[in-house]
Amino acid sequence: MTARPLGEEITLPPAIDEADRARLHATWEPVTGFMGWLKSVNHKSVGKRYICTALVFFLLGGLEAAAMRAQLARPDNTLIGPDLYNQIFTMHGSTMMFLFAVPIMTAIGIYLVPLMIGTRNVAFPRLNALGFWMYLFGGIFLYTFFFMNTGPDAGWFNYVPLSGPQYGMGKRVDVWAQMVTFTEISALVAALEMVVTIFKMRAPGMTWGRLPLLVWAQLVTAVMVMFAMSSVATASIMLGADRLIATQFFNPAEGGDVLLWQHLFWFFGHPEVYIIFIPALGMVSQIVTTFSRRPVFGYPAMVAALVATGTVGFGLWVHHMFSTSVHQLGQSYFTAASTMISIPTGVQIFCWIATLWLGRPVWRTPLLFVVGFLVVFMIGGLSGVMLASVPFDVQATDTYFVVAHLHYVLLGGAILPLIGAFYYWYPKVTGRMMSERLGLWNFWLLFVGVNVTFFPMHILGLRGMTRRIYTYPQFMGWGTLNLISTIGAVIIVAGMAVFAVNLFVSLKRGALAGANPWGADTLEWATSSPPPPYNFVNIPVITSREGIWAYGEEIPVMTGLKTDRPETLITTTMTTQPLYKHELPAPTLAPLGMAIVIGGLLTAGIFTPWGLPLGSLVVIIPFYFWGWPDKKEHERNLREERERRGEAAAA
Amino acid sequence: MWTGLAGAALACTAYDHQSVLDPVGPQATSTRQLFYFMMAVAVIVYVMVVGALLLIIRNRRTAVDDPQSPAREASAERTIKIAVAIVVPVLFVFLLYDFAVARVVGRMPEGSMLTIDVTGHQWWWEVTYEDPIPHNIFHTANEIHIPVGRPVRIKLASHDVIHSFWVPNLSGKKDLIPGHADDIMIRADQPGIYRGQCAEFCGLEHAKMAMLVVAESPDAFTRWVELQRQPAQVPVDSVAVAGRRVFESGSCAMCHTIASTQAAATVGPNLTHVAGRMTLAAGTLQNSRGNLAGWILDPQTIKPGAKMPANALAPAELQALLAYLETLK
Repeated sequence: MTARPLGEEITLPPAIDEADRARLHATWEPVTGFMGWLKSVNHKSVGKRYICTALVFFLLGGLEAAAMRAQLARPDNTLIGPDLYNQIFTMHGSTMMFLFAVPIMTAIGIYLVPLMIGTRNVAFPRLNALGFWMYLFGGIFLYTFFFMNTGPDAGWFNYVPLSGPQYGMGKRVDVWAQMVTFTEISALVAALEMVVTIFKMRAPGMTWGRLPLLVWAQLVTAVMVMFAMSSVATASIMLGADRLIATQFFNPAEGGDVLLWQHLFWFFGHPEVYIIFIPALGMVSQIVTTFSRRPVFGYPAMVAALVATGTVGFGLWVHHMFSTSVHQLGQSYFTAASTMISIPTGVQIFCWIATLWLGRPVWRTPLLFVVGFLVVFMIGGLSGVMLASVPFDVQATDTYFVVAHLHYVLLGGAILPLIGAFYYWYPKVTGRMMSERLGLWNFWLLFVGVNVTFFPMHILGLRGMTRRIYTYPQFMGWGTLNLISTIGAVIIVAGMAVFAVNLFVSLKRGALAGANPWGADTLEWATSSPPPPYNFVNIPVITSREGIWAYGEEIPVMTGLKTDRPETLITTTMTTQPLYKHELPAPTLAPLGMAIVIGGLLTAGIFTPWGLPLGSLVVIIPFYFWGWPDKKEHERNLREERERRGEAAAA
Repeated sequence: MWTGLAGAALACTAYDHQSVLDPVGPQATSTRQLFYFMMAVAVIVYVMVVGALLLIIRNRRTAVDDPQSPAREASAERTIKIAVAIVVPVLFVFLLYDFAVARVVGRMPEGSMLTIDVTGHQWWWEVTYEDPIPHNIFHTANEIHIPVGRPVRIKLASHDVIHSFWVPNLSGKKDLIPGHADDIMIRADQPGIYRGQCAEFCGLEHAKMAMLVVAESPDAFTRWVELQRQPAQVPVDSVAVAGRRVFESGSCAMCHTIASTQAAATVGPNLTHVAGRMTLAAGTLQNSRGNLAGWILDPQTIKPGAKMPANALAPAELQALLAYLETLK
C-alpha cells in the first residue's frame, strides 16, 4: 500500500457508458427544481441542508453568547436586564446543545457515512428527511417564541421547581420542553437509520475491522442517542404534563421529587457531551490518517476507546449533582467513573501523536485544527478530571470555573475538529478547495480567541464568580478578567467571520478539487466531488483497513445493480456478504407533510391537552400518503411478475 | 460599628472575601491543598503531552522514512504502553487522595456545635438561630454571625425553588432543595467577613442573592446574640414614633416582622434588628439611610423582579420611617 500523494487524481471506478450514467442520474434524482428540493430524500441533500441549518443556529447561539459577554464586560452593567439575560443564556445553551452541536454532528454523519461505507443512500431515506424537517421546525418554533419574548428562561437544564408550574411563568418552559420533543424525534430517527445503515449497507469487504473510525464514532454516537434521548424525552414529557395537566411528578408537596428531574436530565445531559465529542474524535482520526500519510496507529485501541467512552459516559451523570444530598458512597463511585473516562480519551490522544510521529505529516489547515484541538482540549480534559473530585467540585460547580471547563471541552474538543472537518470535506461536498490562507487566519484568531475568552474564567470561578448571573458588583473585583474575556469573545467573532467568508468565497473562487484532493484512504474520495446523486456508479469492494490506499489505479467494484430504479446493496452484518438488492423509495412530499402535521400538534400541545390526542388522529393523513405505493413502481412490479411467470410457464 | 466595617469590606475589594483560594476553614483548606496537588499533576501531564506533540511538529519527518516501519511502530507501541502504565497509577493516587479529602470535608469539626437554620427564598436568606429554650430562638436575614473556632451546623431548607449555600472561604456548596432536608458543617478559624452567594440558578434575581458570614470572637458573638434576642427598641423620638406608625399601618407590615410590634408577617426578611446589618436586599446595597430610602421607594430599579413592591410614601412619611428603622439596632 502507499498513501496517495496530495492532488493526485485516481481513476474513478470503471467506465460505464455515458448513457448509463445519465440513466442513473435520472433514477436517483427524478425531480429537480423547487419541488425536487422539497421532495428530496437523498442523504446528501438532506445532509447539506441539515449542516446549513445547524450553522444558522450556531450563528444565533454565538450572537447570544456575544450579548452575554457584552453585558458582563463591566460590573453593574445595565445593558441587558435579568429577564432578557435569563432568556438569552437559556437560549444560548439550548441552541448550542439541541440545535447546533448534536444536529451538525448527526448531519455530517448523514452526509458522509453512506459515502464512507460505499452505499447509495441511508437505510430509511424518507425517515431521514422527516428528521430534518422536524429539526428545522423545532428550531423555528423555539425562535418564534423567543422573538415574542416567550423564550425559555430557566436554563438549558430547567431544574424544577423553578421550571415547574408554580415558578415558571407563562409558556416559556413549555416552549423549551416542546422544542426538546421536536429535536429528540429528529435525533432518534437519525440514530435509528444510522445504526441500520452501518449494520446492513456496508460495501462488500468492509468488515468491522476495516470500518473507518468516523463511521465507528457515528455508530457509537447513534447508540448513545437512543438511550440518552429516551431519558430526556421522559423528563420533558413529565415536565410538560406537570405544567399542563397538573400531574405532580416533581412536586414534593404531593409526593413528587425534584431530584428525579436532575437524575433524568443528567442521564441524558452528560452523555450528550459525548454525543457531541465522539463524532469529533472520529473526524480527528480521519484527518490525522490522511495528513500523516499512513493508517492511524492502534486501530483496535481506537475502536475500543470509542466504545468504552460511549459506555462509561452513561455512568457519570451524578457528578453534575455533587452539591445535592447524594450519599457519599455513591459520590465515590461517580468520582471513580469520571476519572476512568479520561483513560480511553488519553489512549486516543497518544495514538494520534504516535501516528503523527510515525507518518510524514503534511501541514494543511485541517491538520492545524487537529493540533489546536489537542492543545486546547487537553486543558478542558484535565480540568474535567479535577471536577471529578467531590470536594473540589462542590467548590467549583456552578461557578465560572465550570463555564471555562465546558467551553474548553466543547470548543476545543468539538468545534476545532469540526472546523477542521469543514476544511477537510468541503472539497468533497462542493468540488472546490477552501482557501488555505484564510484558513490560517481562521485558525489563529479562533485559537487565540478561545484561550483569551475562556482561560480567565477559571480564575474568576475560583475567585467566587457564580454562573448564570446577569451582573456583579464592582467591589467583587471581577471586572478586569471579565473585560479580558469579552475582548477574547471579539477575537472569536473575528475568527468565525473569516470562516464564514472562506465558506462563501471558496464556493465560487476555490480551486477545483478533483475526486481525491488530499490523497485520502476512505471511500468518499473514490467518487467525484461533489458526488453524483447515486454516490457510486458501482458499489466498491474493500479488501483491507487501508481502504483505497490498498489499490493501484483501479478500484474493484460489484456490478449488477439496475440503473432504472434506485437500488442499493444489502450485506450481512458481520462478514458483509452481499445479501440482496434493495430498492430505496423515490422522492416524496410525505416526510414534509408529516413534519408539518406533527409540528402543528406539538405546537398545539403546549396550549391544550387535546393537542396530542387530536393531533395523533390527524397524523394518519400523511401516514396514508407515506405508505401509499407508487403507481409506476407498482405497475412495473406487476409487469415483471407476469414476465417471470411467463418464463416459468415457457420453461 | 458594623456599618463601618461593612463599608470597609465593601468599599475596598471583596476579591479574597469570596474565594476558593483564601480558605479560613478546615474544609476549604484541605480542598485547596487537593486543588494545588491536582494542578501540579495536570501541568506536568499537559507539558509532557503537548511538549511531545510540538517536538514532533518541529522535527517533522522527511520523506526518507518508511511511515510503516515495524521497528518504529514497535517503539511507538512501547511508549504508549509506558504512558498508560504511568497515567493509571497517577489517577489511582488522585482517587485515594480525593477520598481522603472527602472524609475530612464530610466529617464534623470537633467541639460543641452551634446550629443555625438557613432557608432560601427568592431572593434572600432567612436565618434562624436554634436554641433549646424557645424564648431564645431568634430570626434574622442575609447575615450570619458565627464564633471563631467553633463548629457550626447549618441546616438547609428552601421555601420555594432550589438555591445553593456557598461561602467559598469556608466550604464548598450545598443545595437547598425543596423536600430534601440537608445540612452543611462549617468552621471559621480566623475572624473576618466572608461573602457568600446563591450558586444554583433560582430565577430573575439569582445574581443578587448574597449573604455575609461574620466570624467574630466568642465574646463579640455572645454580645451579638444577646442583642438579637432583645425585642425591637421602642422609639422615644416623636419622628421615630411616627415612623413606627407608618410601618405598622402601611404595606410594610404585610410582609415583615419587627418583634414586639404589630408587624408579624413572615413573607419578607425579619427586620427586628435591621439597622445592625451591614447590607440591604441580600447583599445588594450597603446599609445606609440613602440606600434604605431608595430601596423602600423603588426596589424594582435596584433589583428588578424582587418580591418587594414600590412604596409611594410622602416625604414626611418616608423620613419618619427611615428614622424609625435606624433605631432598630
